[in-house]
Amino acid sequence: MNPELVLPILIPLTAGALSLAFWRSVRLQRMLAVIATGLLLGSGVWLMRSTIEQGFLVAEMGSWPAPFSIVLVSDMLGAIMIVLTGIIGLAIAIYSLASTPRGHEKFGYYPLMHLLLAGVAGAFLTGDIFNLFVWFEVMLLASFALLTLGGERAQMEGAIKYVTLNLFSSAIFLSAVGLLYGMVGTLNMADIAQKLNSVEDPGMVTVVSLMFMMSFGIKAAAFPLFFWLPASYHTPQVAVSALFAGLLTKVGVYALYRVFTLIFTQDVAYTHTILLWAAALTMLTGVLGAAAQFEFRRILSFHIVSQIGYMLLGLALFTPLALIGGVFYIMHHIIVKTNLFLVSGITYRLLGSYELKDLGGVYRQRPYLALLFLIPALSLAGIPPLSGFFAKFIVVRASLEASEYAITAIALLVGLLTLYSMIKIWAEVFWKKVPEHVADVSRLNGEVKDKHNWAYYVPVVGLAMCTLIIGLYGQPIYVLAETAASQLMNPQLYIEAVLGGQSK
Amino acid sequence: METMMAYVIGVLFAASIYMMLRRSLVKLVIGLIILSNAANLLIFVVSGLTRGAPPLIPDGANEVVGAMADPLPQALILTAIVIAFSVLAFAVVLIRRAYEVVGTDDLDKMKDTDT
Repeated sequence: MNPELVLPILIPLTAGALSLAFWRSVRLQRMLAVIATGLLLGSGVWLMRSTIEQGFLVAEMGSWPAPFSIVLVSDMLGAIMIVLTGIIGLAIAIYSLASTPRGHEKFGYYPLMHLLLAGVAGAFLTGDIFNLFVWFEVMLLASFALLTLGGERAQMEGAIKYVTLNLFSSAIFLSAVGLLYGMVGTLNMADIAQKLNSVEDPGMVTVVSLMFMMSFGIKAAAFPLFFWLPASYHTPQVAVSALFAGLLTKVGVYALYRVFTLIFTQDVAYTHTILLWAAALTMLTGVLGAAAQFEFRRILSFHIVSQIGYMLLGLALFTPLALIGGVFYIMHHIIVKTNLFLVSGITYRLLGSYELKDLGGVYRQRPYLALLFLIPALSLAGIPPLSGFFAKFIVVRASLEASEYAITAIALLVGLLTLYSMIKIWAEVFWKKVPEHVADVSRLNGEVKDKHNWAYYVPVVGLAMCTLIIGLYGQPIYVLAETAASQLMNPQLYIEAVLGGQSK
Repeated sequence: METMMAYVIGVLFAASIYMMLRRSLVKLVIGLIILSNAANLLIFVVSGLTRGAPPLIPDGANEVVGAMADPLPQALILTAIVIAFSVLAFAVVLIRRAYEVVGTDDLDKMKDTDT
């Protein structure tokens, strides 16, 4: 039994329970939030190290042998995602110290954050398809409550779309799990993968795989099921937006990666072609939607959609290089996107608006903040030597090698349009003068009085450093992505690790 | 029995989607409730219905003898019911709050956040 495999789930769950116990003391909850997410990051790094050393980590709950018990499995992809969960959790916890309104903190912001992280970590580590559903629901319920904290009109409207679509996708997921169980009589993902080859009716398997694709596609905001995301992600307070933007949609992407490399590899020509076109259209619609927007967080929300397209592209091409690119893209994007939302929160703090027409002049007053925006923004657009360049480069190169020239052209065009909307933000928010109708200009000149001001900048600087490190010292991280991709390409390794019957 | 259940589940799915396509918030939630029940029934029935054969080990024996009902779908539906119940409780509170804040039951009037 490896303790590091259970800790990423246990730490946030315990922290969530403790935060509930200290309901009255906001100060204790704040301390607990930073400590627990720090521990989560630590356990993630530990898990990563053991995973590098041992290949696969498997823990069988209750010491029942594998197909009968619920298993936790960590392969390289899972370990990478857990480390990222830790990084984002810590950044959001620190940022929340300054940015969360008092009212939200009193109404359970921190316990919900911990439970969300527990759900995310559980989804990344579980090796049981029904448990994946359960962790999804843990995560979703926490996210529903976080999204509606505050209870403003826009939040209510956004939440209704978000909740409805996600419940719908959960119902599809549950039905698909049921049909899958009816076919193979097991819920262990490795066991399903093994037994699915001997099912009499391969057409039925494809139908179920498409149900999974649709359900996870809704959660990951892929075309044509993405419309709930730009309608809801810009409504809650900014730390919550950043957490959702970084982690939540990526859980859907992770589930797609897991299911479509491990379980449904029977009819690759059919399923992955659908994925390929979904990826292309996701990229295009996302970036065109962003180009039409003039609100800081809405632009960023639409960009989540377009970037999801790149990750799906990596999965859809289904070559080793493409999967490396996809994994690399996920790593880079989680960090960059969270960071951009956090920067938007700082400009909101300075000027009191997210509308581009009400913003301006930040470069004059806060040149370093402008630089901090520029690093993730250019990285998102794929400018070398930042992390996004390598991610895009690998994906594009993989699509060229697979002779998918139309998709390559779309990917490059989308990169260009991403640059356009990042420049739009840059010009409107940082470059142009402060608009005259903004009454609050004095706030920019006078120092904003806030004793927690450092808490805004520490996570932003930290995440920008991560972006730079991935960009400048990309080799070790590329090796990690390469290992993850080679494990994904050989599902036999996963099956043997889980069902091999090694006693721990 | 299974055939009849298949029809029942199909009708439930159809009814839930019809309800969710209406403009009223209340009907949306009713649709969600029916939808989750349809999915629950589906996972319950999918591995076949066995009547009067509980998976119990008789006194003195080491394993179940003869036919038995598959116990796993029952565990699954139990979990799924609990989850669906909590999520729907949240949804009901959400529409009540949304009705208070927005002041309308009409989804068409809730498009401020759309683009």
